[in-house]
Amino acid sequence: MTRPIIEMKDIEKHFGPVIALGGVSFDVCPGEVHCLLGDNGAGKSTFIKTMSGVHKPTSGTILFEGREMHFDSPRDAMAAGIATVYQDLAMIPLMSVTRNFWMGNEPVRKIGPFRMMDFARANRVTMEEMAKMGINLREPNQAVGTLSGGERQTVAIARAVYFGAKVLILDEPTSALGVRQTSNVLATIDKVRKAGIAVVFITHNVRHALAVGDRFTVLNRGKTLGTAKRGEITPEDLQDLMAGGQELAQLESSLGGTV
Amino acid sequence: MTDERMKQVSKLRRIMIRPELGAISGTILVFVFFLLIAGDSGMFAPQGIQNWSVVSAQFAIIAVGACLLMIAGEFDLSVGSMIGFAGILIAILSVQWGWPSWLAILVAFAVCVSIGALNGFLVIKTGLPSFIVTLAFLYILRGLTIWLSILTTQKTVIGGVRKAAEGDWLAPVFGGKILTGLFQWMGDQGWIETFSRGTRAGQPVVEGIPMLIIWALGLIIFGQWLLTRTRFGNWIFAAGGDPQAASYVGVPVNRVKILMFMFTAFTATVFATSQVMEFGSAAADRGLLKEFEAIISVVIGGALLTGGYGSVVGAALGALIFGVVQQGLFFSGAESSLFRVFLGTILILAVILNTYIRRIITGER
Repeated sequence: MTRPIIEMKDIEKHFGPVIALGGVSFDVCPGEVHCLLGDNGAGKSTFIKTMSGVHKPTSGTILFEGREMHFDSPRDAMAAGIATVYQDLAMIPLMSVTRNFWMGNEPVRKIGPFRMMDFARANRVTMEEMAKMGINLREPNQAVGTLSGGERQTVAIARAVYFGAKVLILDEPTSALGVRQTSNVLATIDKVRKAGIAVVFITHNVRHALAVGDRFTVLNRGKTLGTAKRGEITPEDLQDLMAGGQELAQLESSLGGTV
Repeated sequence: MTDERMKQVSKLRRIMIRPELGAISGTILVFVFFLLIAGDSGMFAPQGIQNWSVVSAQFAIIAVGACLLMIAGEFDLSVGSMIGFAGILIAILSVQWGWPSWLAILVAFAVCVSIGALNGFLVIKTGLPSFIVTLAFLYILRGLTIWLSILTTQKTVIGGVRKAAEGDWLAPVFGGKILTGLFQWMGDQGWIETFSRGTRAGQPVVEGIPMLIIWALGLIIFGQWLLTRTRFGNWIFAAGGDPQAASYVGVPVNRVKILMFMFTAFTATVFATSQVMEFGSAAADRGLLKEFEAIISVVIGGALLTGGYGSVVGAALGALIFGVVQQGLFFSGAESSLFRVFLGTILILAVILNTYIRRIITGER
């Protein structure tokens, strides 16, 4: 395996008296999908917000490409090449696909003293990049609101990849989607991995994780319960780890299968 | 992954979801209506045209500011009070204190744009709705205007502004007229009406195009260009559409919003300066209810009250509808209080139409 592009060591995060993260270690390599699993409240969100520069860790170190990094804002993390796609904050529905795609990175063309947005180029690149991800837009001017949830996630992923993300953090990209759309997003994640980007895939769905993941780390109550490689762990074991074992095992036997 | 159930967009539907649709049809409607009922009243003679186009231009100037601000997701209810404030400020500085008019005008712009920045800063820092913050300034500025006016002159109307501005280089940029030579020539040719008696005999009744209209056109073109063609325009849409999503991808949302508050204040001051130079006086009660008229123009123009969507051209057409109806009712001899009835009615219709359009573009059901 190649060297990890980002390594988080013994990350602790306290909010006042609450210990949200109690020493979490995690790393991800280029061209790998590392799934971060955990039930609600396990600390997944806090952890990825620490990785993407929203929170500063109380203690612990972050190594990015082997060097220790301190991110003061999401902008710093973005500049370093860490892009985060949030579940519901990815896109602005009223704006066109092109306007969303280039938001914050608009291409500018100078005509005399006037600096204008280069829509010809912006539209062309948007269509091309979306086609690469398997979405054929009717027109780049269509509002994002007309796209399905899966397509919106894909636009956000395509945008992050186009703007040079080295690490792509996906915050529950599949949790609000139907079966068909989920498969499409998982296929997109696979494409991104093949492009050599390190993917951190946050989910609480074991089956989605197993479909694309290379490694799996389970968080529970702010602690890592261990990291497993693909093929080393069964869905049932993962599920047990996530829920903390005992009670869910009983629940499952009464329900007759994996939840 | 293209969904085969998604119908091809028809031309008609694409026109339907343009924000200006309502304003364009409304404009056609009011022109047809007044051509029919007031066509021979002089409303469409040169003087009549000047009359309603000046009124429309006034609405348009503040509507451009309100439009960009609303698309950026905020309101400014202090526009009307700021118009009164800026006017009184110019009058006190130039008439009472004897400052040159250009300096008085520049100081008024500086003060008002700073107040706009303060509005924006308070909204951003406190996280309060701009509705509340600017409502506070609606009262603060109006109160200050009356107090300052009475404190310096014991009156709420200050005259002599035009006299003080004679020979000034900046005042005509707001209160002057252009193409006067052309209009004189057209009068000499007998193409347009001229005065037949009195001291102005031989001069055309319409002397030229008021600078107010030039300001309105300039601001509309600038606003439309900024919004639809530039990077900053994309940030305006983004800041109003979803501030958090926008800031996650690096859009400086706070800066955009504060700048739009400043621009709104700028347009209010343009309005005030033009009005003061035209009337030759400033009054503490000027600009009453203008903030709402600006907002209504913007909404008729297709902007959503929730931000993130709208059109400057639409807002300008909304202002044109306003001006034509307000003056048209006067020309047709109708009771002018009916204007307010019209305003209320068209506001409701515009909002219903906009909500429908929003459903189409976002695919909500």
